[in-house]
Parts: sequence; C-alpha cells; structure tokens
Amino acid sequence: MTALPSFVLADQAGGARRFPPGAPAVLCFVKEDCPTSNMVVPLLEALYRALDGAARVWLVGQEAVGNALLVDRYRLTAPMLDDSALRVSYVYAVEIIPTLVLADGEGREQGRLVGYRKDEWQALFAAAARLAGRDGPAIDWDAYPDWRPGCGSRTLEPGIAERLQAESANGPLRARRIDIAPGDDEFEFMFDQGLTDGLPVVPPTPERVLRMLTGTRRDSQQVVAVVPPNMAPATVEKVAANAVMAGCKPAYLPVVIAALEAVCTDEFNIHGVMATTWGASPCIVVNGPIRARLGMNPGVQALGSGNRANATIGRALKLILRNIGGAKPGGVERSTLASPAKYTMCFPEAQEASPWEPLHVERGFEHTDSVVTVFALEGPRGIADQISRTGHALAASFGLALESVWHPKVRPYGDVLLVVCPEHAETLRQDGWSKARVRERIQAVAARPLCDVLRSDECGEGVPAGRWGPGGPNAEQLKTLVPKFAAAGNIHIVVAGGQAGKFSAIFGGWVGGPAGSMPVSRRIDE
Amino acid sequence: MTQIIDPTDERAPIRRALAPRPAALAGTLALLDISKPRGDVFLARLSERLRERLPGVAIKSYRKPTYTKPAPDALRQQIAAEAGFVIEALAD
Repeated sequence: MTALPSFVLADQAGGARRFPPGAPAVLCFVKEDCPTSNMVVPLLEALYRALDGAARVWLVGQEAVGNALLVDRYRLTAPMLDDSALRVSYVYAVEIIPTLVLADGEGREQGRLVGYRKDEWQALFAAAARLAGRDGPAIDWDAYPDWRPGCGSRTLEPGIAERLQAESANGPLRARRIDIAPGDDEFEFMFDQGLTDGLPVVPPTPERVLRMLTGTRRDSQQVVAVVPPNMAPATVEKVAANAVMAGCKPAYLPVVIAALEAVCTDEFNIHGVMATTWGASPCIVVNGPIRARLGMNPGVQALGSGNRANATIGRALKLILRNIGGAKPGGVERSTLASPAKYTMCFPEAQEASPWEPLHVERGFEHTDSVVTVFALEGPRGIADQISRTGHALAASFGLALESVWHPKVRPYGDVLLVVCPEHAETLRQDGWSKARVRERIQAVAARPLCDVLRSDECGEGVPAGRWGPGGPNAEQLKTLVPKFAAAGNIHIVVAGGQAGKFSAIFGGWVGGPAGSMPVSRRIDE
Repeated sequence: MTQIIDPTDERAPIRRALAPRPAALAGTLALLDISKPRGDVFLARLSERLRERLPGVAIKSYRKPTYTKPAPDALRQQIAAEAGFVIEALAD
C-alpha cells in the first residue's frame, strides 16, 4: 500500500494536525460550495464521534471562509483542516470533491473514494471502524441517495493548477528563479538583463513555462543539446523558457527542439555560424503535416512578417543561442553587418504548389514525416523574372542571380537556397523541368572562363592563381569554365510564396563543406 | 511580484584574473596561424622581427586546420606543453 504524503495543517481551533497521526485516519476533502460535500459532512461528523480516540476523522477544506461556514452550519466537532493554500489537495492528487481517503496507523493508503456512492461509503466506514476496533456510527443510510456526483477540486481551476505545479517540489521546473521587484516594469527588466534580441519578450513566468512544456512529451530536464559557444546544456525547460519569450505557442515547441538539435551538430557548426564576421544565421525550413497543424504560412509573404509560427519558431532558436549558448552580438556573435534574418528566419515549404518532391523527401524522409532542415544563410534576396516562359530561360535567371552570392568571382562556392515562387514553379512544371535539370542549367549559366574569375589588380577577390602551381594556369587552362558551385547538390531548392508574382528568392550561404556549415535535417518528435 | 524562470545557462558571473605579466620574455614563444588568408604572411614577418630583437627566445609556429572552428584539443595541449607565450593572428 502506498505511503500517503505527510503534512501539517491547522484545524478550526488553530491547533496543528500532523499526518500521519500515529493512528488509523479518514481524510475527506470538501468545499462549502459543493452540494455533495454538504451532504456528507454530517456522515463524517457521525463517524468522528463513533471512532474518536481510536482513529482520526479529519475534514480537509479547500477554502478558508467556506470551511468556517461548514463548521457553523453542521456544528462540527470533527477537525476541519484549512487547506486553502491547496498544497495538500495537490500532493494528494485530488481532482473531485469529496475525495475520501482511508489510512492505516502507519499512514498507508487503504482505500480512496471519489464523489459519493452509498455502498462504497458504507464499506469504507465499516473498514475504518474495523481498523479502529470500534463499532461504526449508527447512520440511517436509507435517508441518503445511492449516488451523487462530486464537484471539481479547486486545484484544477484555471491559473491555480499551474501555480501549484510551479510551487511543487516534484514539479518539472528546476531552473533558477529570478524575482522581478514590484516596482520594476517586467518588460524593461528583461531588456536590462540582456535577455532580448532588441524586441520585447514575453516574461517566462513559471506558469507560462509549464504551459509551454505541455507541447512536448519529453522530460523537462532532458538535455536537448549542448549549445556553443558556452557549451551549455539546454534542457527542455530552458528551451521552453526561451520559446515563451519568443512568443511561441506550446504546439510549436517540438519544432524549436528539433531545430536546436539540428544546429548543435558538428555538420551544422553553429559555433562558426554565430562567430563569423560574415552575416549568416540559421534558417529553418519546415516540411510535412505539422506545417498545417501549426498554421504556418508557406504562401503570401512566407519569408516575411505576419505569421506567428513562422516568426516565433525562428526567434526562439535565436534566443536560445543567445541566452543558453551565450552568443551575443559584440561578444562571440561578431557579424560585420548581419541582416534582419538574425532576428528570425523560419518558413514552411509550399509543398502543394511544388512540381517536385518536397525538401524533406528529397533528403530521405517520408512524406508523412514532419521535418526541420536548417541552413546557415544570409537574408533572402529577390530574383525578378516576369518575362521567361520556358524552363531554359527561367533557370538561366536563377543562375545569373546566384552567381553573385558571396562574390561573383569566388568559386567553387558551397550551399545556397533557391526559393521558387509558385508562378515560376508552374512554368517549370509545364515545361517538365526537374530540379536536377534546373541545377544543371544554373551551373552552366553561372560558369565562367578561368581568366574572368582569377584574382587580379582589377578586382582582388577571385580564384587564386596559385592553385595551378607556382607558374599559375597556362593559356589553355585560362579558357576552361569554372562552375560557381562545388557541386549541383549545393543548390537547394524549395517552393514558397504567394500565388501571384513572378518573384523568386535566393539565400546566400557561408563557408560550405566539413570546415564550415552543412545543412542538417531532423524529424520533429511530436 | 513577478517571478521568471532564468532562461540562461546560469553561469555565475566569473571574473577571471589575468595571469601575472612575466618580467621578461624567455623560453619558447608560439605563433598560431588560424588559417585566415595572409595570416601566415603576417606571422612570418613578425617572427623575423622577434628573432632580431629576442635572439634568446625560441619561436615555434602552429596552425589551426580551419579558422571556422575552435582549435582541436590536441593542438591546444601541444601549444600549452611546448610554449610559455602565444601570439595568435586573429583576422585577415
């Protein structure tokens, strides 16, 4: 039998009652505004009088004024314990009033009844009398109904449940608490503490963090990732606190967790992405069914403002990197210019508008999986092509625009993201162009003869001549075409945007390959 | 009073004391090239000048495999074991 939690509560005379009391005990949780509680209080008084001395019969009331009313109304001599703080009701997991608990002399639970059923109550009263070694009370049970429903416990009322959970020693919150003085504006306080990205954040009160934690099945103390540069463990609780600050709903939390796991890999190398003087930042692309469930926006202004999920998931990741990882601008985050994408960059692919397999399927996941893919990218830049009506011509526009990424003469270059708008996607669909063909065309259009892209006094950046040995390239080599991208696979393609407008977009990257940052995908664990 | 959950890694603010400045440069000096373009040019010139001014000091050169990632543990340990001073060329 389970040992019941110990407690100390004051009775109506102000005396301290300690549980376990060293004798069998009957505890009944009641509240004055519950009709069934009012019905059973005289029964409990009768039980108290019959067993007093050999067993304890205590009422545990959930509301101070109501407790006093019950004592007066029924001229109670049985102890009425004040649990208006609800801590005992909470640790006893009381959900329905009345709840009747029978304990033996060692404080172990011998029986528990919820609500009122006459036969059950009769049996429990008889069991209590046996434990006490006394005769039970003489009660005219026929005067009582067979059954009455209970009422909801006050512990379950909105706001109270979260407070009790937050106060509980066994609750899921373990992080340090910070008190904001009553005279301080809590939003100004968050700025003053250096916890924000420059925009206001939602204060992560224990109640809000608890609500956020309902978005995941993971234990609050599980470490999601070790976050550079501080190499600090990010628990689910800490991730949830930052998600609250960013403005996330609890349902978004699994996406934030998956994105954090993805960036904190050696392949993605978030340390380098944050520290570089270049302006890259994590960009999250979401695929799969979760896009619709979260109400993400893959359509009009997909890469911009206006959608809560798009905006706050990306922002939560950045706040985690700042607050847990310690990457702060001017500290370890040292981009010369950066871009607005440093605040947030997250969007879902418009899979339904795409003529191709969506990104996550291309990267080895099932259609039915929900997946995040993270890229180290700059902010997006538009490519206008309102004239081309063939795949051949349109893909050339993509190639010409992509050639400028990082610097037109620098090659081979690593990963970029091309976001094809629905009208452009439709042109490519009608013309039967696969993604592979688009990539080939980009590589062909963006290729330049070596002589045009060598470092020179005319334009310092470019391909170093030393790659061809001490004498540099010969005349034949100078004519060879140098592709822009190390491999066609470095050109990642997704579809997004509104139905109207022949405007696609490109995102430049950072240093690609194993020494820099490579895209990483993670299944979202819902 | 509002209470919030600390969203940071809860590092106590630690103010680390600087190592005492040695009275003289002696023993071995490490020059660390982080692989940024032309860092090697800068360090080579620095090495020349230091050899002229400090003939009694041994100078050893080291190189990180890439500037984009922290130095590998083995390299940090090697430098700590072999040199008493480090000059690192940080940026191009």
